[in-house]
Parts: sequence; structure tokens; C-alpha cells
Amino acid sequence: MQRRTLFAVAAVMVALLLICGCTGTTSDPTPAEKQQLRIATTTSLYDTKLLERLTPIFEEQYNAEVLIVSAGTGKAIEYGQNGDVDVLMVHDRAREDAFLADGYGVNRRVFAYNYFVVVGPESDPAGIKGLQPEAAFTAIRETGMTDGSDVVFVSRGDASGTHSKEKAIWKAAGFNYSADVQGSGDWYQEAGTGMGATLAMANEKQAYTLSDIGTYLAYKGDLDLVTLVDEGDILLNIYCAMQINPEKYSDTNSTVAKDWVNFMISEDVQKEIASFGVDQYGQPLFYAARNDWEKIGVPQAEVKDPIP
Amino acid sequence: MYEIIEGFVEAARLIVTLDPDVMAIAARSIVISLTATILATLLAIPLGAAINFGTFPGRKSLINLIQTLYSLPTVIVGLLIFLLISRVGPFGSLRLLFTPTAMVIAQTVLILPIMTGLTISALSGVDPVVRDTLYSLGATRLQFLVNIMKEARFAILATVAVGFGRAISEVGAAILVGGNIAASSFGSSTRVLTTAISLETSMGNIPESIALGIILLAIALGVNLAITTVQHR
Repeated sequence: MQRRTLFAVAAVMVALLLICGCTGTTSDPTPAEKQQLRIATTTSLYDTKLLERLTPIFEEQYNAEVLIVSAGTGKAIEYGQNGDVDVLMVHDRAREDAFLADGYGVNRRVFAYNYFVVVGPESDPAGIKGLQPEAAFTAIRETGMTDGSDVVFVSRGDASGTHSKEKAIWKAAGFNYSADVQGSGDWYQEAGTGMGATLAMANEKQAYTLSDIGTYLAYKGDLDLVTLVDEGDILLNIYCAMQINPEKYSDTNSTVAKDWVNFMISEDVQKEIASFGVDQYGQPLFYAARNDWEKIGVPQAEVKDPIP
Repeated sequence: MYEIIEGFVEAARLIVTLDPDVMAIAARSIVISLTATILATLLAIPLGAAINFGTFPGRKSLINLIQTLYSLPTVIVGLLIFLLISRVGPFGSLRLLFTPTAMVIAQTVLILPIMTGLTISALSGVDPVVRDTLYSLGATRLQFLVNIMKEARFAILATVAVGFGRAISEVGAAILVGGNIAASSFGSSTRVLTTAISLETSMGNIPESIALGIILLAIALGVNLAITTVQHR
């Protein structure tokens, strides 16, 4: 009797295992003709939920499935270099240029822009409100290095596009990043994580940080941080999408990658981007690049010409 | 304090209403970790038996090595599998990176040492009288193994539970090789309980994290409860 119950239990378990095992391998309901598109994106496009809004539209129009890995621009570029994704969506012109020049990427198109902001506690212990970004960074560093100050700057510290911009501002302010900023004291802390998480961390520490305006607005409801610096040419933030070079990695999905890049600069999506978040945050999180190419200093072809 | 209570209330709502996103993540976790556990079991039991009953030079050192690998760090496994299956890696052409399959592989590798080691312990723990009896009755090799397994079944079952527990609770490898993708189809997504908790907490969505945490805990408890029940029969 005992043996029989045991056997029954074992049989049920095996059956369960088999069922689960089978669903594990056959649970993909995607029909074979449905194409998969792998995108590595900068965290700001993901954390603001812009991509969450756009992917269903694309999936329906092109009968494709979009798989998004959200990582900093640095990591995304690495995935691109290894050919692990089909499309990159990043915001670091200098590194994009290098990526294109090295032949890893092709067909860059600019689809959106916004601005970086320096956010921090309302009390503003370093007194940066209304300063130019370079002057603000200098003030944060100086007060931060004073004994007994509670000024903290949280850096992304993850080789992301935002981190690149931060380094560029330090440089413009006349500092050597690795010597004068990194490791110069407890005031400078590297989070090593995405924009949303970094904002949450800065909020906990009541610290300053550099953020793209989109992610900041999307998180503002949960934050006590306020915008302190939002003017200065250096704060311009340009988002692009590009294909991984199919000549380098022949089995990247180049057709659907092309479709995605063209989709991002299409008139409908540009309108969608321009209005995204207005109802919820009272202002757009991103500006459409389509008609502003001159203002943001990119070639017209990069915002208007679909990939042939 | 209020935030925590609010978090728990919202978590309860997500669970009771069977929130589809939360349920899909939980189901995916179970499917992936269970598949990994099955694969690891299929490898660990023969391997464990071979090592336990075999006589070959270096057997002791091999067992030592296996026991050392019990505490194999999950991120190291993640990194290793990442290097192997990334496009530029030796298995790159299979395009496994950022798929549930990659997570199954990583978890299998992760729990294989502990499952093999515990299988060895389970088999060597069988009363020597049983072994001697089997020998003296002239059991064939297969009969011998089958009967020893039968004797050790509860310990082996516990091994499976330990393996599953480690697989479903790890986050390091899952996030590296899975990428924490939330896609529109179940089978293409790689967001599981642990990676989702990590993401949601970092983004400040505490209620979701708590709900997912409760489910993860419940799954672990459920598995252990099932095992103990079987063992007590």
C-alpha cells in the first residue's frame, strides 16, 4: 500500500515535470514567420516607458516581436559590437561616431532629443541653482570636498551616455575626470546602474545627479529632488537608432532592423514621441528630431531619410 | 512605515487578483528553473553514481572539487555562459544570448555541482548491509544500481529540491545571460522573479517587488513542503 502511494506520487511528479519541461521548450507561441528584433537600448528610453508605448505599434504593423535589453549606452554598444543585438538605441554622439567608423554600425538615424538637467535636493547645499552646468559642477565639487559637508554627487558610473555627458561637463569645467573627480572624496559616488535607479539612489542620499529630463520627469512623482540647472548648450541630449552592420554579422536581422529605424523616424512615430508624456507630466519627455535637425546640429539626412 | 504597509496591501492585491504580468513572471521562473533542475538531475544522478561507485585515480580530489563548487558564485556562472554564447563566443552562432534557453543552461551549470555532490552523499549514505546483500544475492550491475537508488530515493529527492531552490533564487546569472527582457510573448521574455524584483526595487516600484518576493518565497516553501510530505509517507 505504502509503496503504491509512493509510486503514485512519483508518477504525478514525473508527469508534472514532463508537462512543465515540454512547455519549457514549446511555450513559444510565436509563429515561425514572426520575426524577432533584438534591441539594446539606453535606459532612459526604457525607464520612461517610451519604448513600451512604441513597440506594440511596431509589432502589429510589421508582424514582429521586439526584445529589448535595457542597458547603459556603454553596455549597449558592447552588445552591438559582439553582434548580440540587431539595433542600438543610444545617446552618445562621440562613441556612436567611433562605432560607425569601426564598421560595427550602419544607418544611424536621429529620432529624438531632449536636455540633461542637474537635479538635487531642494535645500541646494552647494548653491548651484541657475548656474551654468560647468559652474554648477565646480561648485558641487568644491563644497563636496570641504570638510564636514553633506554635499554628494551620485554619478551613473556605468559608461552610459549620461555618464559620458557628465565626464564631458567635468572636462569643460577644467577638471581631469579620473584625477580630480573620481576618487577625490566621498562626495563623488558612482552608482553603476541605470538612470531610474540612480535617481532613486540620489533621492535616498539627497544628493545631486545628472539626469536626462525624460527619466527625471517620469520619476519625479517619487522623488524629492528638484531641477537646479537646465540651461547650457552642453546639456543637449540626442537619441539615435542604428542598425548593426549586417556585413559584419550576416545573421543579424537586418530587414526588420531597417524597419525599426525607419519606423522611429516616420512621421507618425515622430508625432507620438513629441506628445509622449504630455498628458501625464504636463510637458513632453522628448522632442521629435524631425524638424529640428538644424537646431540640434545633425545632418538633415539623419532625421528625414529612411534607410533604402 | 506607511510605504511598507501600502506595499504589502498592493502586493496582496496583485497576488489575489492574479495580476497577469506578475503571474507570467512567476510561471516563467518555475518553467525555467524546473527545466534546469530536470536537466541537472539527469546529469547529476548518473555522474554522482559513477563517481560514488567508481574507482579511479583522483576520485577524492574530484569529490573535493565538486564540493568546492557548491558555492560557485552565480555571477561567475553568468559570466562564463555569457562568454560562451555571446555572438563572438564559441557557441555564438546559436544565438542563445538573452533567451530563456540561456538561462536554463546557466542554471543547470550552476546547480550541477551541488546536485552531483549531494547525490554522491546520498548514495554513499546507503546502509552497507544493503550493498552487501545485493552483492551476495548476485545482483547484476543494473539491479544493483536500481536498488541502491531506491534506498537513497529520499536523499535524492532532497537533492532535487536543493537544486531547484538554488536555481529559482539566483539572480546574478539570470540577469547577465537573460537580460531581463519583457517581450510580448511568454517564451521570448526572460524576466523572472529575481530579476524582476531587482529591477522593480531599483525603479522604486516597491509593491511589485514585495508581491514577487512573496511569490518566490511561497514557491520555495511549497517545494520544500512537498518534499517533506513525500519523505514522511
